[in-house]
Amino acid sequence: MTLSALLTQAAAVVTAAALAPLLVGWVNQCRAWLQNRTAPPLLLPYRTLRKLLHKDAVLAESASPLFRAVPYVVFGCMLVAAGIIPSLGTDLPAGRAADAIALVGLFATARMFMALGAMDVGTAFGSLGARREMLIGFLAEPALLMVLFNVALISGSTAMPVIVDRLVAQGFAVNPSLAFAALAFVMVLLAENARLPIDNPATHLELTMIHEAMVLEYSARHLALIEWAAALKLFNYACLGFAFFLPLGLASEDTGPTALLLGATWLAAKLLLAGAGLALFETLSAKLRVFRAPEFLAMAFMLAVLGLLTRLLFSGGVA
Amino acid sequence: MICSDWAWVGVQVAPLAWLLLGLLGLLRVNSLRFVAHGLFPAGAVVGVILAVCAWRALGAGSCATVLPLGLPDLPMHLRLDALSAFFLLLLGSVAAAVSIFSAGYFRTGEGTAPGLLSLQYHLFLAAMAWVLLADDAYAFMVAWEVMALASFFLVTSQHRVPEVRRAGFLYLLLAHLGAIGLLLCFGVMQGGSWQFTFDAMRAAHLTPGWASVAFGLALFGFGAKAGLVPLHAWLPEAHPAAPSPVSALMSGVMLKTAVYGLLRVSFDLLGAPTWEWGAVLLAIGLFSALFGVMFAAVQTDMKRLLAYSSIENIGVICAGIGLAMLFQGTGLHAFAALALAAALFHCLNHALFKSLLFLATGSVLHATHQRSLGKLGGLIRRMPWVAWTTLVASLAIAGLPPLNGFVSEWLLLQAFLVSPALPLPFVNMLVPVGAALLVLASALAGYVMVKFYGVIFLGRMREPQLEQAHDAGYFERFALVALALACVGLGLLPSVLLGRLNATLGLLVGSTTTAWGELGWLRVGAASHASFSPLLFAIGIVAVMLGSFLAIRRVYHGRVARGPVWDCGYPWQDARMQDTAEGFGQPIRQIFEPLFRMQRHLPSPFDAAPRYQVTVEDRFWYLCYQPVVRWVDTVARTVGRLQQGRIAIYLLYGFVTLVTLLVLVL
Repeated sequence: MTLSALLTQAAAVVTAAALAPLLVGWVNQCRAWLQNRTAPPLLLPYRTLRKLLHKDAVLAESASPLFRAVPYVVFGCMLVAAGIIPSLGTDLPAGRAADAIALVGLFATARMFMALGAMDVGTAFGSLGARREMLIGFLAEPALLMVLFNVALISGSTAMPVIVDRLVAQGFAVNPSLAFAALAFVMVLLAENARLPIDNPATHLELTMIHEAMVLEYSARHLALIEWAAALKLFNYACLGFAFFLPLGLASEDTGPTALLLGATWLAAKLLLAGAGLALFETLSAKLRVFRAPEFLAMAFMLAVLGLLTRLLFSGGVA
Repeated sequence: MICSDWAWVGVQVAPLAWLLLGLLGLLRVNSLRFVAHGLFPAGAVVGVILAVCAWRALGAGSCATVLPLGLPDLPMHLRLDALSAFFLLLLGSVAAAVSIFSAGYFRTGEGTAPGLLSLQYHLFLAAMAWVLLADDAYAFMVAWEVMALASFFLVTSQHRVPEVRRAGFLYLLLAHLGAIGLLLCFGVMQGGSWQFTFDAMRAAHLTPGWASVAFGLALFGFGAKAGLVPLHAWLPEAHPAAPSPVSALMSGVMLKTAVYGLLRVSFDLLGAPTWEWGAVLLAIGLFSALFGVMFAAVQTDMKRLLAYSSIENIGVICAGIGLAMLFQGTGLHAFAALALAAALFHCLNHALFKSLLFLATGSVLHATHQRSLGKLGGLIRRMPWVAWTTLVASLAIAGLPPLNGFVSEWLLLQAFLVSPALPLPFVNMLVPVGAALLVLASALAGYVMVKFYGVIFLGRMREPQLEQAHDAGYFERFALVALALACVGLGLLPSVLLGRLNATLGLLVGSTTTAWGELGWLRVGAASHASFSPLLFAIGIVAVMLGSFLAIRRVYHGRVARGPVWDCGYPWQDARMQDTAEGFGQPIRQIFEPLFRMQRHLPSPFDAAPRYQVTVEDRFWYLCYQPVVRWVDTVARTVGRLQQGRIAIYLLYGFVTLVTLLVLVL
């Protein structure tokens, strides 16, 4: 493990933790512009976090220790995930300790703890949110894993840095299986991050909310961690998409801080575009009924499987 | 060689010790204290000894002996090799935990007398050990039947309840149908030599056709015991009927003896499995996994839910074995070793977490007298020991890192990832897609576990009497904590066991894998292919959690106030507004509707006391079982016409038979 590897690793984690709320702020701002509203300040998410951290936490009388542990577990999972995903460079030592399958496992762990925490207080909304979240999760998780299988088969490895290195080395050959995978991935991203058309991040209308229903009982620092973790999740998913489908400007092995700075510039540009794109998509689409959500996700799953089949067909079935 | 070693002696003596403990129970049949505080802890000690001996024997060659027992020309043969040692390790460790739990569990003495119960229980354990040690068909079948009968009596220990008797009958019936399959299977495998030792079967060279017939019969026989779809019908009936420690043993260990048998027959006795067998087993396994988990999601009885979840896990194990056969049949031995390692590791995992979950339901049942999920809730506040250990098992069974369930899932997915290398066109495209089904099943398992854990332990108590629920006793806590620690330990340091498993893999597929590097690391293939370190992974998460916790305390504060539940400001909340088990399963019912046979009774708008009822049934019951039952019934009726009940007619039958025979002979 070289010094530059450690630097890349630390930079990846710190960048993710620091920039994630900014991405949420940027998406909110774009949405407001597109919808002809006065935009909230870009830095509003940071102020919200600060405000929440200062407040005294209020816990429901029936909340068990599990409820208090959930925000820390979820935040822990998301930050560790940020350490695995090559966002700035591919020289990540943590990428050896946890591969793509473990990444899906991390997301699943966070989801399951969120659902358990939501059920803990014993409210109608909490269990409703937990049920819907798990419903979306059990369809989104296989779809995501199939996308990862797809790239893993192309690169012959499940270690994230190796996958990205080999995808970069392969260049921009037109790869039909990657196109399917990218489409499936975007659908999973929307569903998993509680965006339209599955969930509306701006709603508190009881019949439609999913993510918000689960976090109703959290307050102060617990809520701050949950919100931060949600922002990190969006950031992680975005970086995951960039790493697989748009691996431009990533610093490779044994490069110095300049390459990292270059990578950060590229990342910022990609995030700006992706955030604006997400806001545009959310403005243009309407929310699906909850029971249409499985169809949406089943389509993502089928697309990912189709991508896998295409991959196997074109490679003659030999990895 | 370990034949002169204490491990080999210990492995032979342990079942005898269990048998002796069982017989001791007959001395004081009605003394609950003697049985609970004397025999069960002693049984646990025997379990620990067996586990230690098996651990030592794992990877130390094989040993055989002939007992002066059995048929005149076929004495009983015993043999210990790496495969049986692994399953004996599983049996010993789970039996130890379950026995300790039982010491605290059997308190009331209802149903079967304690002494008899102890006899049945220890005989069951001993029979399972003999199944694993048997080295000829006769010894195997005797042990297999003793195991089936002992477990039948354990299942029906509450025999005054009609449903329990019905469940017991169904179990006995399927166990014996399976046993017939096994008898025929051994009959085919002796291959005309009429030698029934396993050595003779190894030496017999069957034609591919007969080998496939033998495999089919073994699949039927062992599948009936393991609960592969469609032979799973007894599991959801027998598990709720049996006392919880017995369910834990049956689900945790007995199902694995069937897996052992399948491995023994297909990889060892029949020589090399062909890839077609693997394809069949893979398909059945994946279907069982999906089927089991979908039905688990709609159950409302906690033990039925776990029974269906066992079907799922057996499906996953069989999928792994099927994949190993596919690789083995096409000469990819190293990949076969990887898939088989995943399957074997999952056997042990499932034994640990499923027995923990069944034991936990036993504690809940004791504390609340409720098996229905709809009447539980909030028990984490009354039963913290049970709740927190169950949380570990629930997360592990959902396949979450860094617990043990994830390790086997990881290994199995890695095995699926190399399956495009299969030298079979078309098959090598279908098999990788099987991974999608496997992942779907494991994601659904997460759904099921959130439902199971959330409805029992979280939320508010749905019935007022749950306030009086008490936590488990000391014996029970000890067993639960031990099993939970085993789940965590196997998850964090899988290479300790996997390293030992190489001997078993070498025996079965003739290749070991390089899937495990130094302590705490898992590696597959070349260094850049795939690696995973659960230990570092766990350290990472815990470090972030502790770091954020301490940082927030240090920079800000840790003040907490307690208040009433907010729930969007709606103050008239009660416990009935939470999701019930039915409610939580509703999306699954809706999405996979064609799979279930459902009957809904909706109330009319003018009903003064409206009731809503939905029953979900298994289609296989109507598709597979009832036609067979009707057919058997018809045949029995037709044959029954012969039976007139009059002596003169029977004499006439005898006379006619005699005349016919005379005509034929003369």
